Amino acid sequence: MTRQRAINNQRRRLLQGIEQAQASRRSVLAGAAGLALAGLLSACGTKGTSSGNAAALAPATDLSDSEAVVNWANWTLYLDYDEKAKNYPTLQRFMKESGLKAKYAEDIDSNDSYYGKVQAQLAAGQDIGQDLMVFSDWMTERIIRQGYAQELDHNNIPNIKNLLPALQEVRFDPGRKKSLTWQSGYTGLVWNKEAFPKGLRNVEDLWDPELKGRIFMLDEMRDTMPMLMLDDGVDIAGSWGQVEFGRSLEVLDRNIRNGQIRQVKGNAYKQDLISGDAIAGLAYSGDITQLNFEEGGKWEFALPESGGLLWSDNFQVPMGSPHKKNAERLMDFYYQPDVAAEVAAYVNYLCPVLGAQEEMEKFDPELVEDPLIFPTEEFLSNTSSERELSVEEETDFQNQFQEVIGV
Amino acid sequence: MTQTISKSGLSDLRSKDEIRAERRKGRTGIYLVAPGLLVLALFFALPVVVLLAMSLYVKPPGAEIGEFVPGFEIGNYMTVLSAYWPELLRSFWFALIATVLALLIGFPMAYLVAVRLREKPLLQGILLVLLIAPFFSSFILRTQAWKQILADEGFIAQALKFVAILPADGHLTATPFAVVAGLTYNFLPFMVLPIYANLGRLDTRLLEAAGDLYASPMNSFFRITLPMSAPGIFAGTLLTFIPAAGDYVNSALLGNNRNTTMIGQVIDSRFFKVIDYPGAAALSFVLMVSILVLVTIYIRRFGTKELM
Repeated sequence: MTRQRAINNQRRRLLQGIEQAQASRRSVLAGAAGLALAGLLSACGTKGTSSGNAAALAPATDLSDSEAVVNWANWTLYLDYDEKAKNYPTLQRFMKESGLKAKYAEDIDSNDSYYGKVQAQLAAGQDIGQDLMVFSDWMTERIIRQGYAQELDHNNIPNIKNLLPALQEVRFDPGRKKSLTWQSGYTGLVWNKEAFPKGLRNVEDLWDPELKGRIFMLDEMRDTMPMLMLDDGVDIAGSWGQVEFGRSLEVLDRNIRNGQIRQVKGNAYKQDLISGDAIAGLAYSGDITQLNFEEGGKWEFALPESGGLLWSDNFQVPMGSPHKKNAERLMDFYYQPDVAAEVAAYVNYLCPVLGAQEEMEKFDPELVEDPLIFPTEEFLSNTSSERELSVEEETDFQNQFQEVIGV
Repeated sequence: MTQTISKSGLSDLRSKDEIRAERRKGRTGIYLVAPGLLVLALFFALPVVVLLAMSLYVKPPGAEIGEFVPGFEIGNYMTVLSAYWPELLRSFWFALIATVLALLIGFPMAYLVAVRLREKPLLQGILLVLLIAPFFSSFILRTQAWKQILADEGFIAQALKFVAILPADGHLTATPFAVVAGLTYNFLPFMVLPIYANLGRLDTRLLEAAGDLYASPMNSFFRITLPMSAPGIFAGTLLTFIPAAGDYVNSALLGNNRNTTMIGQVIDSRFFKVIDYPGAAALSFVLMVSILVLVTIYIRRFGTKELM
């Protein structure tokens, strides 16, 4: 098992390098294509959507009974992969058991860019070619608000009973009618134990002169800004506004300006941690578990005393998908504890399935006690999530954030 | 009278077959050009029109994210220009430095291979392959490699710190230096190859003649070699400057800092992060027009007949 993991991890690293590099170029191409498409659509008089004026979209006719396929778009490196067989073991098992053909695409490398890619089609209620897509909480919230997601039939997902109690009621989707958790994770602090033995206890410890030019922030506004606001003592789930946001933005601005923060970037921060260009910063829990496994446990991940973020990525069935029932069968499959454990052993993120911890014994006993995969009360009590942002705030805050980070 | 007769007689001289062949020839030309025209119309002209239309779209009140309706909002241009003119200027500035550096590095390389090694075809061939070799590997991977070369723990940064050119707490990645270095390296072949092709035709007897007339090597270089290679230099600088100004892979991978942001990065972030399609379209259009204007001025000033 461990050997297999090592091989998998090698592939993972290689892929990540290429992935990050390609992401930039790919997004340019996608952008060009998307721009042309969006323009054409509008030129032809296709309406943009709006929760205000557009007629509610209707779900596509479900052809699941006649078409035995399900298409699933997910983030890169987010499903167990067998290097030798060149396939996804759990997905193979799903296909064998269900008789469905599952097409898996590692299409998503950022909430924003995938949304940008499919938004025009979603808005028109067209089939985006995927029956399942996976977005983070805040984007899931937006998709639900815009009416782009189909309602799930829980009768087809009996294993939904295994969903962690904490995730059964979420703000943006009461009763989990239009989304279901795929994996969860924390946003917290990371530092190199050898280069910075002092360690970090709070976000403000990152402004230590010793770390000048060697720290990074995350380029997802929804990670960096709530973390800074928590550090400022703001209740991010409460009623904060421009004043609180602006105060934290100033902290960010000052530290970019004086060279304390070297870069603001996405998952590519892992490379900088490995090369030593970065010693500390904000990071995602699963990334650091993987990194420690690959590079020999040099890094420590912790939630700041002021609190870290708990987020989830969620399954959703787009309105235009003609295979909702098949999609529900796939979700049901992944909510079996043994399947969930197998996935968790590979992806190293928080597992949302009850009973998976017991099953994990079989795959990787050392992971059973890992609070980054199976959360403890202590860990959970120190996390929060930000309140819902209005449409105007989303655009406005994003704008301000981009201006400060310089892109 | 005679004239009319001869005229009609002339046309009568051409058989119908000949006329048909002539017509067919004309049509063949059109057939041959058609695919190219079609591709240009479909993938250049149409997108440009769409881009222009998109850049004038407006956000209706109470709009959802990503919702814009056709409009005529010139203000989009004012908004993005007032916010992002520094990035636009920086893009041209970086591209200019990279072009000049590529010329200074590339010309001697091209000269060596094309002129000095003319008598040694084997060595010439090997060096030529080495020049083109970078083309064989991915642009992205090469840039990624530069990131490793310039890393804090890398040889270059350490050496520069040792001789105190770089302060002890300084770094190379995430600086304008790294971005310009990346641009220069990545576009160097585009500079070398046109100059090489041009110098390959240089008649060395002219240099010998200049020498016989007591011209110093310096003199014959500036009076003969350089002017004769002008078309190559001209093509090389254009091929380097234009893509470098619009490039954003280098600035994203080697820079990614507030003082290295180039306009391509901004367009990407307007499009994907802020979901501001009109803003992204307006910036793209501004970039396109600015390059067009700069290149036109350049051609007017330095263009040679051979290129026109």
